[in-house]
Amino acid sequence: MTMHFFIDTYVIPGLIMVGQSLLLLVALLIFVAYIIYADRKIWAAVQMRRGPNVVGPWGLLQSFADMLKFIFKEPVIPAVSSKVVFLLAPLVSVTLGLAAWAVVPVADNWVVANINIGVLFIFAVSSLEVYGVIMGGWASNSKYAFLGALRSAAQMVSYEVSMGFVIITVLLCVGSLNLTDVVMSQQDGIGTMLGLAPSFLDWHWLALFPMFIIFFISALAETNRPPFDLPEAESELVAGFMVEYGSSPYMLYMLGEYVSIVLMCAMTTILFLGGWLPPYDHAILNWIPGIFWFVLKTCMVFFMFSLVKAFVPRYRYDQLMRLGWKVFLPISLFMVFATALVLQITGWAP
Amino acid sequence: MGLTAIFFYVFAMGTVASAFMVIVTRNPVHAVMFLILAFVNAAGIFMLNGAEFLALLLIVVYVGAVAVLFLFVVMMLDVDFAELREGFLQYLPMGGLVGLIVLAELLMVLGAWTFAPGAVGEAVQPIPDLNQISNIEALGNLLYTRYIFFFQLAGLILLVAMIGAIVLTLHHRENVKRQDIGTQVARSRESAVEMRKVKSGEGL
Repeated sequence: MTMHFFIDTYVIPGLIMVGQSLLLLVALLIFVAYIIYADRKIWAAVQMRRGPNVVGPWGLLQSFADMLKFIFKEPVIPAVSSKVVFLLAPLVSVTLGLAAWAVVPVADNWVVANINIGVLFIFAVSSLEVYGVIMGGWASNSKYAFLGALRSAAQMVSYEVSMGFVIITVLLCVGSLNLTDVVMSQQDGIGTMLGLAPSFLDWHWLALFPMFIIFFISALAETNRPPFDLPEAESELVAGFMVEYGSSPYMLYMLGEYVSIVLMCAMTTILFLGGWLPPYDHAILNWIPGIFWFVLKTCMVFFMFSLVKAFVPRYRYDQLMRLGWKVFLPISLFMVFATALVLQITGWAP
Repeated sequence: MGLTAIFFYVFAMGTVASAFMVIVTRNPVHAVMFLILAFVNAAGIFMLNGAEFLALLLIVVYVGAVAVLFLFVVMMLDVDFAELREGFLQYLPMGGLVGLIVLAELLMVLGAWTFAPGAVGEAVQPIPDLNQISNIEALGNLLYTRYIFFFQLAGLILLVAMIGAIVLTLHHRENVKRQDIGTQVARSRESAVEMRKVKSGEGL
C-alpha cells in the first residue's frame, strides 16, 4: 500500500467526514441554544410574562450565559456514589442524542452518513438513551434519584413500543429504511392521486393521519416533555433522576434532553411532514434551499411541543401508562395491519 | 482492508475484555453494564461483516430491552456476596459441566471450519450480492416466504410464554377499589362541582 493510496482512501474522506460532523454539531448546538430560549419565551408569552430579556438584545444570549454559569460552578459528587458511572451517565445521554444526528438528512444529500437503515439506527440509538437515565439514577445512591430513574425508564420503554409501530406504518408506505427515501417518497401521494400538483397534501401526515398524532404524543412522552414530565414534575417533586446533579454534568443532561427533543421534531418532519420538500410545487418555493424548509418545519413542530407544555395539565402516572399500553399500542398495532392490508389490496405497495 | 482489520480487533478485544469484566467485577450492576458493553461491541463486529440489520437488532432488542430489565432486577435485588461465595463449591460441578459442554461445542464448530471447509460452505444459503439487494430485503424475502412456518411458530411460542407469565402472576382480588376510566371520563361538571352561597360565620 503506497502512501498516496492511503491518503486518498482514508485520510481525505476521513477529514471530510470529520468536517461535516463538526459543521452539523456546531449548527445543531447553536440551534439547541435558541430552541431553549424559544421554549422559555413561548412559555412566558402564554403565561403573560416577559421571559428571559436581560442578557443581550431581547435576551438572545441567555442560553450562552446559562452555559457559562453551569461550566464555572463546582461539580458536586455525592460521597458514596459510584463516581465513574455518575459522571459517565450524562455523557452517555448527550453523546447518544448527538450520535443519532449522523443519519438525519437536513436537505437533499445533506447528510453525514446516508445509510440504508437510517430509521433503524435512530430507533436503536434512542432505545439506548434510557441508559443515561438509569445509570444516573442508580449512581447517585439516593432514593429520590433512583425512583425517578425507574419512573423515567418505564415511561421511555413503554412509549418506544407504539412509536416503533408508527414508524413501521410509515416504512410500509415507503418500502425503504433510508431516511432520504422516506422524504423522497412523499413527493407524490394523496394530492397527486387527485390530479393536483405536488404539494403538502402528498406528505404522510394526511395519508396516515391518526399515526401522525400518535407519533407526536409518543415523542412528547419519550422525551419526558410536559404533560408527561412525571419524573421531573417541577411543581411537585424534586427533579427526578437528576436530583444529585449540578453544574456541568447537569448541563450535559439538559443538553442531551433538548438535543433528543429536536431530534424528535426532525423525525416528525422527515416521517410525516415531507422533510425538506417545499409545501407547494412552485418555482419560487422550489428555488428556496431545502434546508430552509427543513428547519422551518422542525421549528413548527417544536412550537407545538412548547405550546403543549404551556397549555396541557400534567398526567397522572397511571393515566400515562394506560395511554401508552391500552390506547396507543392497540391502535398502532391495528393500523400496521390495516395499512399493510390496504397497500396489498390496492397494489400501492412499493 | 487494513482499517477494517483494525476495527475488527478493536471490537473483538472490546467484546472479550468486557465479557471478562462481567464475571470479574464485584458489583452486579457494574457486571450488567459490562454485559451491555459486550453486546454493543458484538454489534460492531456484525456491522463490520455487513450484517447491519442484525447489528441494530441486537442493540434494539438485547441492549434496549432485555438488558434494561436485567438492570432493573439487579438494581432492586440486594445481593449479598459473602452469602453467594459460600455456595460456590456446591455449584462448581454443575457450572463446570456447562462450561465444558460449551467449550466442546465451540471446538467442534471451529474444528469443522479447519478440517472440512466444504461442510461449512454447504451450510450457507446462497445470498444475493450486497450490491444488488439490501440486507433487510434479503432477510425479509427469505423469512416471509421460505421460513414463514418457523417464523410464525416462533411468534406462537412467544405468545404462549407471554400468556403463561400473565396467568401465573395475575391474581384478580375481590374487594379492591378499582378505577373505571369510562365513568371517570364521563363525569360531567354538574355531578362533580356544586356552587353554594355560604353565609359568613355559618357552616354548611
